Amino acid sequence: MVKTLIVAGNGMVGHHLVRTLRARDTEGAWRVIVCAEESRPAYDRVALSSYATHWDPTQLYLESVDDQVELRLGEPVLTVDRAARVVQTAGGTLSYDALVLATGSYPFVPPVPGRDLDGCFTYRTIEDLDAIRSRAASAGSGVVIGGGLLGLEAAGLLRDLGLKVDIVEFAPRLMPLQVDEAGGALLRRLIEDMGVKVHTDAAAQFIECGSEVDDVRGRFSPEHRQLRDSNPVEGLTLSLSSGTLLDTDLIVFSAGVRPRDELADQAGLVKGERGGFLVDEHCRTHDEHIWAIGECAAVDGRCYGLVAPGYSMAEAVAEQLLGSPQAFPGADLSTKLKLMGVGVASFGETTGPLDVVYNDPATGNYAKLVLSDDAQTLLGGMLVGDTDAYGILKASVGSPLPAAPLALLAPAGTSSAEVELPGSAQVCSCHAVSKHALCTAIHEQELTDVPGIKACTKAGTGCGGCVPMLNQLLKKELAKQGKTVSKALCEHFTQSRQELFDIVRVAGIGTFSQLIAEHGTGRGCDICKPAVASILASLGGGHILGTDQVALQDTNDRYLANIQRDGTYSVVPRIPGGEITPDKLIVIGEVARDFGLYTKITGGQRIDMFGARVEQLPLIWKRLVDAGFESGHAYGKSLRTVKSCVGSTWCRYGVQDSVGMAVELELRYRGLRSPHKLKSAVSGCARECAEARSKDFGIIATDQGWNLYVGGNGGTTPRHADLLVSDVDSETLIRTIDRFLMFYIRTADRLQRTATWLESLDGGLDYLRGVIIDDSLGICAELDAAMATHVESYADEWAGVLQDKEKLARFSSFVNAPAQPDPSISFREERGQKVPVLLGLPGRNQP
Amino acid sequence: MTAMLTSTWYPLCSVDALEPERGVAALLPDGTQIAIFRTHDDTVFALANQDPFTGAMVLSRGIVGDKAGRPVVCSPMYKQAFDLRTGECLDDPARNVTQYPVRVVDGVLEVELS
Repeated sequence: MVKTLIVAGNGMVGHHLVRTLRARDTEGAWRVIVCAEESRPAYDRVALSSYATHWDPTQLYLESVDDQVELRLGEPVLTVDRAARVVQTAGGTLSYDALVLATGSYPFVPPVPGRDLDGCFTYRTIEDLDAIRSRAASAGSGVVIGGGLLGLEAAGLLRDLGLKVDIVEFAPRLMPLQVDEAGGALLRRLIEDMGVKVHTDAAAQFIECGSEVDDVRGRFSPEHRQLRDSNPVEGLTLSLSSGTLLDTDLIVFSAGVRPRDELADQAGLVKGERGGFLVDEHCRTHDEHIWAIGECAAVDGRCYGLVAPGYSMAEAVAEQLLGSPQAFPGADLSTKLKLMGVGVASFGETTGPLDVVYNDPATGNYAKLVLSDDAQTLLGGMLVGDTDAYGILKASVGSPLPAAPLALLAPAGTSSAEVELPGSAQVCSCHAVSKHALCTAIHEQELTDVPGIKACTKAGTGCGGCVPMLNQLLKKELAKQGKTVSKALCEHFTQSRQELFDIVRVAGIGTFSQLIAEHGTGRGCDICKPAVASILASLGGGHILGTDQVALQDTNDRYLANIQRDGTYSVVPRIPGGEITPDKLIVIGEVARDFGLYTKITGGQRIDMFGARVEQLPLIWKRLVDAGFESGHAYGKSLRTVKSCVGSTWCRYGVQDSVGMAVELELRYRGLRSPHKLKSAVSGCARECAEARSKDFGIIATDQGWNLYVGGNGGTTPRHADLLVSDVDSETLIRTIDRFLMFYIRTADRLQRTATWLESLDGGLDYLRGVIIDDSLGICAELDAAMATHVESYADEWAGVLQDKEKLARFSSFVNAPAQPDPSISFREERGQKVPVLLGLPGRNQP
Repeated sequence: MTAMLTSTWYPLCSVDALEPERGVAALLPDGTQIAIFRTHDDTVFALANQDPFTGAMVLSRGIVGDKAGRPVVCSPMYKQAFDLRTGECLDDPARNVTQYPVRVVDGVLEVELS
């Protein structure tokens, strides 16, 4: 019989329980009802701070649950009748066989008089951030009460919103739970270097309205004063226990959280000493039908404020519901964060018998390792500044030190790759994947790349922090099997595409023959020839059907058209941005009619004409080129189209001219040869009608300018593009795309789309940002110059053929009968157009 | 009374019409299509033009190269390789293609018709 599970709460932990149960309950034993207080779908609260980079709530939404789950949004559980096993919501009475409380927590606001005044906020929900943003628009300064993890995130937000920021912390240092005094001192210095004032050992005493004394104290800069004068908000004055008075425009409380355990009193459930539903190590209350998980649960009296322990609880309860008595395995409170640009990490025990400390104020790095008293076993530690060693250190907790302490702590790049981890070490803490599990998967599933590991083990799909370790582990394991991660392009070249690109670029190699003679073996094949042809073309090697290059091209590039299943070709003229005049439309119609071509509108907002024979292609293109068309490169590993919505010119919702931008981008990047095809789109507002986030580079207009998203893909593995930069002007946008494309062209593997390329980059989006925005590799000038060369040297490939007798001669059907149509090609009619009649296979019956 | 062979050599084109490491299609008198290839060392080969995996007349438009030392053409459809010397399919022996003898006489390429 199907039993009913009611989950009270739709936060990350409640959502994880439902997803886990749905995935494991293969027999459909449980019907699931989720009663949620918030009316939004479940969202990623851990990533809340990232919301301020896009202000798009949908980007935080978690993967939705299947339709077997009844989701009651905005309908929280109001009361529980344990005897009758029913809950009451605004929508009615619901019976349960099992009830899981996942009500989460609420922000703790200390009982400071004045805490309810306008301008006082908490930092917990999307709505909180929206409210802070709205207030900040007319504010000059803000105070954050609480200098822990959330407090620093809130301070980062206020700073990004352009406010002058003060942080007030009750303890003697910032992040008192994660770092010690010396680490706290360094953290404070790094944060104060950013212009944020830190008050420690200070408690908020009261808040008052009005700050007429601002100017007297000289607290505001002239710009701030001007801003305030033009947009007055009523100021606040915060009095600290130290006697300091802070005049400010808004105050954010982030002084910790408290469990949402109101239901306990009503339902007669026992609470922990410090609140929370008291549960045993199975997360079960004293009522055998009721469990509690996540921040509202006091497991053996202790509440956990991190998501990872919550997930473990959810998994334990899911297993129990399915009949296996799994307990909560205990929490790993290790954390690694980047707060206002400063790395902070702690793992395992942060105090213990022996410490090894590395403190370098010059570079802003502090590290402490806590060791057992025989100095053999790593118990824990903390890092401030450079946190690159976190992965290897955390994985080594409880094991003998994998290397000498200073070698582990030495600045990045020196050693961690050489360190051998024990098999039990947890490499991915988000999904609790051990090194042993990874090695087993690599061997048994014959995995050869990181995306394969992610798909098979889920490792690296949470916070992504362990991806560099996955990479190292993979290389080592493959080496043990006598395999290397072979980067060889094919049997003719041991080099990867990226290495060949660099060889061609640096050595100035101009032909395939020279490259294979000097750097390869044999004569080449269908893999390396087109790949090298593409590299030569990316580096400006002239017409792709030039004498040196024509034999390298795959059939589509060789005939500048797309081969179809009957051996005929299709023709796609460029229609930049999908914008076309009626006269040009008529030309396409006439050409298609005169040559008897099947026509279809493509997904990229242009028109595809099918059924052209080889010898017809130049005749068709003569007509098209004369009418002002040029190649659409539908056949090439190159820019296809830049799709657009109609934008602000016509649309009443549009905020920018998306068509104009799409046309400009398409004309700029047309003909650019790349490792794989490139697609783009520009949307004129956040409604995103052009579907830009499914593109290699997608642009979405904002009030302020443009947001650029990269690495999107449709296809078999759809991927939404990631936000690279936001609210930039057109010039910045184009420069950023220039660099993104050129960096991709230089470094991607053969036939690797931007989506997989981006996923394979060590350091991912942050690394990419570093390279193309902060110029961390010092190559931006080169990338810019390469794109400038492309733009200057672009020439239409079809016009190039029509002007050249030698190239034209290659478009013949038969060497001994150049103009004779291939007699094997025939058509029938379907829905008013002609479609191919296929030939039977040799030696087989006609279909 | 002695000659049992009834074959004839059919002239197709000047050998100069073939570009190195490229293929072209040619039409035989009975309407059969063949694919002719010239390799880097100026050897000439001929195979049936029909791709045995799709039925399309396209092998002449494949990329010419080598695999494990054997001269091959790769179908432009799904990239299976065929040995230029024998017509053997390297990827699936059930899909070999016919090989035609060819020769060059006074700069003219000829194919043997059986």
